[in-house]
Amino acid sequence: MQVLLTSQQLSDTVRQLADQLIKSHTDLNDVVFVGIQQGGVVVGNDIVSNIRQISTAQKIQYGQLDITFYRDDIRKEILAPDTMNIPFAIENKTVVLIDDVLFTGRTIKAALDVLLDYGRPAKVELCVLIDRKEHRQFPIQADYVGATVETRKTDKVKLINNEVVLIDN
Amino acid sequence: MQLSTRHLLGIKNLTQEDISLILSTAEQFKEVLQRPVKKVPSLRDVTIVNLFYENSTRTRFSFELAEKRLSADTINFAASSSSAAKGETLLDTVNNILSMKVDMVVMRHSASGAPHFLSQHIPAAIINAGDGINEHPTQALLDAFSIKEKTGSLEGRKVAIIGDIMHSRVAQSNIYLLNKMGAKVTVCGPPTLIPKYISEALGVTVNYNLKEALEWCDVANVLRIQLERQNQVLFSSLREYSLAYGINRQLLDSLHKEIVIMHPGPINRGVELDSDVADSKQSIILQQVENGVAVRMAVLYLLANRNN
Repeated sequence: MQVLLTSQQLSDTVRQLADQLIKSHTDLNDVVFVGIQQGGVVVGNDIVSNIRQISTAQKIQYGQLDITFYRDDIRKEILAPDTMNIPFAIENKTVVLIDDVLFTGRTIKAALDVLLDYGRPAKVELCVLIDRKEHRQFPIQADYVGATVETRKTDKVKLINNEVVLIDN
Repeated sequence: MQLSTRHLLGIKNLTQEDISLILSTAEQFKEVLQRPVKKVPSLRDVTIVNLFYENSTRTRFSFELAEKRLSADTINFAASSSSAAKGETLLDTVNNILSMKVDMVVMRHSASGAPHFLSQHIPAAIINAGDGINEHPTQALLDAFSIKEKTGSLEGRKVAIIGDIMHSRVAQSNIYLLNKMGAKVTVCGPPTLIPKYISEALGVTVNYNLKEALEWCDVANVLRIQLERQNQVLFSSLREYSLAYGINRQLLDSLHKEIVIMHPGPINRGVELDSDVADSKQSIILQQVENGVAVRMAVLYLLANRNN
């Protein structure tokens, strides 16, 4: 097991992502943030609480999205779903999807499918803490990246105890 | 997390974990049903036959809607308008349907144990939508979901099941489920409609006095008097039944607390429930129907069989 981001580096990275997100949007009232279960929600909680501290916008809307019912490998294994909570309209908003690790791109594809069943956003952006760039299986890229890491396909990158670690198999 | 069973034949052979998994999954499906697009692609590759050897409106529609909301392909079979009327056996009918690449069977039959029999002979996943006087598991699951939603939990909850306990598969499934989940159950009705050894067999309390049962409970699940299942006269008239076991506004107002009223439908208005009770704020009868779709989606999703 190898530590990719220590807890200090993690909180610095989250802060930088929050800064970038604020600077890239002139009006945060037109933006909603959505964390993808489960890792993306952990990161999303941190990013959004940073944004709420730094930004002057009145109300930052934040929801949680679960892709269980939309997975493309549902034929292999049936999983119990996580909580889904998007208590606001996404119609004509800019939706910032937040995930912990961008790997094959399949999770994001499924998340886009879920999102479109909620409405038609003006724009969807992707913010990830870690990008495992060389393993993409779908044409999906992130707009905001905390750190890019080189990994082998069999490795696992996880957020454990406030650190980002690489577990090699 | 997976269910401990490949079929849903009854509540009797489910574990506490199975029930909790179905109920928590149903919560997520209930959320799906509030969205602008009330549909998920989970069962896109699954074909389901609804095999109804006995009449049903609510349960069949509820299953069919649940299947469609999961994107499954469905075919419907009603015994009266099929080859069963020409004398084809149950097993032959089902094998013929399965040879057309059907993955799951939702089945209602007037013979107790019909789905159990089928499960021993065919590879498809079977979901019991009511068999004779045995079980109606999805009804018990949606009742439990509705109780939990309305009152917060099942543990320690006092539930009175009122009416024709003898002929009721809803009562039997409810008793199994509530016992497994730590709720307390009292059955109430005329002695002729309550099996003699039910307390020993199923661990419930029996009370023949309606007012006492209502005074005791948090939730009253009122059953339909099933005239079609009675070969002998077990009470003298509907009017007499209604006088002793019908729930009206006056009776509810005389209690010392507000209880929740449930009914699996269809209601015999003026017999087991008066209209001003059935349509009151205390009644969650229509929520039960709404929750039925989410609960059945959960069951179908968790049992989805893709072996064919």
